[in-house]
Amino acid sequence: MKNLSLRELNSGLSNKKFSSEELTKFFLNEIKTSNPKINAFITVDEEKSLQQAKDADKRISQNDMNELTGIPIAQKDIFCAKGWKTTCASKMLDNFYAPYDSKVIELFNQHGAINLGKTNMDEFAMGSSNETSYYGEVRNPWNLDYVPGGSSGGSAAAVASGMAPAATATDTGGSIRQPASLCGLTGLKPTYGLVSRFGMIAFASSLDQAGPIAKSAEDCALMLKVMAAHDERDSTSIKHNVPDYLKNLESPINGKTIGLPKEFFNDDLNQDIKVILEQVIDSYQKMGVNFKEISLPNSHLSIPVYYVIAPAEASSNLSRYDGVKFGYRAEEFKDLEEMYLKTREQGFGDEVKRRILVGTYVLSAGYYDAYYLKAQKIRRLIANDFKNAFNECDLILAPSCPSTAFKIGDKTEDPVAMYMQDMYTISTNLAGLPAISSPAGFLNKMPVGFQLIGNYFDEATILNFTHQYQQITDWHQKTPEADV
Amino acid sequence: MSWDIVIGIETHVQLTTQTKIFSGASTAFGMPANENACLVSLAYPGTLPVLNKEAVKKAIKFGLAVNADIAEYSVFARKNYFYPDLPKGYQISQFELPVVNNGFLTIGDNKKIRILRAHLEEDAGKSVHGILNNQTGIDLNRAGTPLLEIVTEPDMSSAQEAIAYAKKLHNLVQWIGVCDGNMQEGSFRCDVNVSVKPSGSEKLGIRREIKNLNSFRNMEQAINYEVNWQIEQLEDGNEIIQSTVLFNPDTGETKAMRSKEEANDYRYFPDPDLLPLKINQEDIDDIKSSLGELPEASIKKLIEDFKLNNADASIITSNKQTYEFFQSLISEGLDPKITANWIVVNLFAKLNDNELSIEESPINKNQFVLLIRRIMDKTISNNAAKKIFDLLWEDSHADVDQSIEALGLKQVSDSSTILPFVQEVIANNQAMVEQFKSGKDKAFNALVGQVMKLSKGKANPGQVSEILKDELNKV
Repeated sequence: MKNLSLRELNSGLSNKKFSSEELTKFFLNEIKTSNPKINAFITVDEEKSLQQAKDADKRISQNDMNELTGIPIAQKDIFCAKGWKTTCASKMLDNFYAPYDSKVIELFNQHGAINLGKTNMDEFAMGSSNETSYYGEVRNPWNLDYVPGGSSGGSAAAVASGMAPAATATDTGGSIRQPASLCGLTGLKPTYGLVSRFGMIAFASSLDQAGPIAKSAEDCALMLKVMAAHDERDSTSIKHNVPDYLKNLESPINGKTIGLPKEFFNDDLNQDIKVILEQVIDSYQKMGVNFKEISLPNSHLSIPVYYVIAPAEASSNLSRYDGVKFGYRAEEFKDLEEMYLKTREQGFGDEVKRRILVGTYVLSAGYYDAYYLKAQKIRRLIANDFKNAFNECDLILAPSCPSTAFKIGDKTEDPVAMYMQDMYTISTNLAGLPAISSPAGFLNKMPVGFQLIGNYFDEATILNFTHQYQQITDWHQKTPEADV
Repeated sequence: MSWDIVIGIETHVQLTTQTKIFSGASTAFGMPANENACLVSLAYPGTLPVLNKEAVKKAIKFGLAVNADIAEYSVFARKNYFYPDLPKGYQISQFELPVVNNGFLTIGDNKKIRILRAHLEEDAGKSVHGILNNQTGIDLNRAGTPLLEIVTEPDMSSAQEAIAYAKKLHNLVQWIGVCDGNMQEGSFRCDVNVSVKPSGSEKLGIRREIKNLNSFRNMEQAINYEVNWQIEQLEDGNEIIQSTVLFNPDTGETKAMRSKEEANDYRYFPDPDLLPLKINQEDIDDIKSSLGELPEASIKKLIEDFKLNNADASIITSNKQTYEFFQSLISEGLDPKITANWIVVNLFAKLNDNELSIEESPINKNQFVLLIRRIMDKTISNNAAKKIFDLLWEDSHADVDQSIEALGLKQVSDSSTILPFVQEVIANNQAMVEQFKSGKDKAFNALVGQVMKLSKGKANPGQVSEILKDELNKV
């Protein structure tokens, strides 16, 4: 059961080769074995998962079944799930049990999927290595001395190590694609507004977007089909007719054009990664795809712009953690102000505090125009760059990450070096565009990914191209156990 | 030295929607603590605001009622500060782009008070002291209740004008059905900005903002105190420091808050959880057509169509219920002037004495109509009517006609009955008759009084005058 695709699991369940209970027990057992060394899960609740599995088996026996019924899915601990401890990997929410389901959890429940457990992540999704978690760092299944990437490091490590068939994740600046890339997986960040943010704990509201991390484009298509839905409870959720992503996977891609942004394929690009990307280009050319150089002239501003806008929104979003209503409260204080100060000092980790400080600064009187307002203007320029680019091509190909996974502790003392991890992913968040990372090879036995960026709501094309690539390559089928 | 007073008012008007501005929780007042605190009100992680369209409609309605521009595009912004009754750590408000701009209200003798803007925002909760030992409770029932903050230009130059504006606004928001106007429950809260400057000076003085005003009486007292205080300070050579002051109704004084309490940088920025608010002309037109007659138009109608005097017309339009009551009486065919007079003088006196609103009036409307009808058809005199009115007030089952019978208040208009009374009075009051003859008009009234007395008040005073005049001419 370990390396089966979602489609294979689905047919196994419907052909009664195994029950959902058996399947769930299998993965719970995998978690028991592997999680102590990988630390991909914060919370596992066998009783809850198995109850869901029994319910799913009932549905299956009544032929009331769809693609994900009975299949265990790991859920990033950023999604509120009723009755589940939901921490966002922060001490601040260590005692928080969500009283309601997020839209994403609700959809998986409606489909009869099993919540396999809540995955580790960077605290409040702030980080690119999963080292800022209150629950300890997550280890990369390909080499336990290395980070899995972040912030959805737990989700990626869970899938890569075979503890879960697929996982949910969120991406604010690269938090789906970077860990997918570093763990040899396929991860899709949808168009902003395609997946509801209701019940997803906010980091930076205008950038946060949920999506899947899975073993293939096909699995991502299946996951996205479930996750994409309009939700009136999220005002930024967009009404959009969700196409049949699965059906689209087989569409022909010959004659289409992929753009190569010259700003990404310059001397700064790691030469070994460049070689791998050239092989990807070669594969696509063999399938009849044309390539064209394009320009994203403002892309070099993405990281500075992001590190103004995201912390600004975060500084405000995280104000609710004040010790008054829920979550952590300092034990000793002499007055209200001290309660605030101590609660937030003790409840938040360093990276979260750093971003709250930056965000508070850029919104302050006298600095707002110079930082926040200017960043918003540049954000629009970045989005316009993409708009112009898509006049010339169907998709854009880019590196996913500047390097393969790095060693745990390597970048923790240098926040800026850490922030550079997202240099190829962040501009799509600023523009609100969908993008995927797919496995493309290995460097020193560590996975390398490439990125395909699409136009708004063009997830179908992204998945189609990725699937076609995965039909003629087997990088996505490699597993740490078999291939390291 | 003489001083000019400059006053601007910011009013927080609670909009009468069923649910909160960004969630489906109820806005009902007086519920047990935190009964209306849903997950959004509590700012639970992952919750998001969803705009209540009713609140927007009411804001538009208000904008139209004060001749303002309705913004096609306005933006919700976050106002960031920490306070226990502010669950998210920010208040969702509108900052740079409010929904309503550039309106006005007129007060007194057609003085225009400009309304700079009105913006939508959410109310905070309440801190509750003195229930738990040494602890402060938080009640978030009110958190998220929709508010419209209405900001004037500094166009008022006395406490009287400020009160006139506030009362006019208070009446208007109830009239158009956007606010219940309950000041004690905090549905209508005014913050008053006061400054003074040397008479005729162009330059505005430093202002202080008075908060915690929950009645017009408090407002007037607070403004007067504040104005005198500021003048005193300036005349003593002191400077006014811009600050927020609280009015203490017990002492009648205003006192500055600690500067720390207001040293806030609110770090406003557009709320990324909410889309910009776009309002199209169709929606505006729809609301415009449902706006109905506004108080200004009603006053005009009373004066021009019903020939009421200014004072009566103002009182009758001082709230919509009174105006509607008046209109319903007129529609029964009653005389507008007599009806207005009875509402303004008799009904309002009773209501005020008993601190009741017109809706709480114990008077049976049908009987009230009948009473005025009996005045109109001269069955009873005005004085007799007052007696009946008192009965109607005391007893909701009292019947006008039966009471007239029972009390024998029926007016006598038959000259053959009145004539003997007149003759008897002339015969018995020769001195007064002489005085009248020598040109003292007062004597005539005294004679009428005598006749009325003799008829036990039942004689029709008009007829008494006529007959008396005729008889006196014969003497």
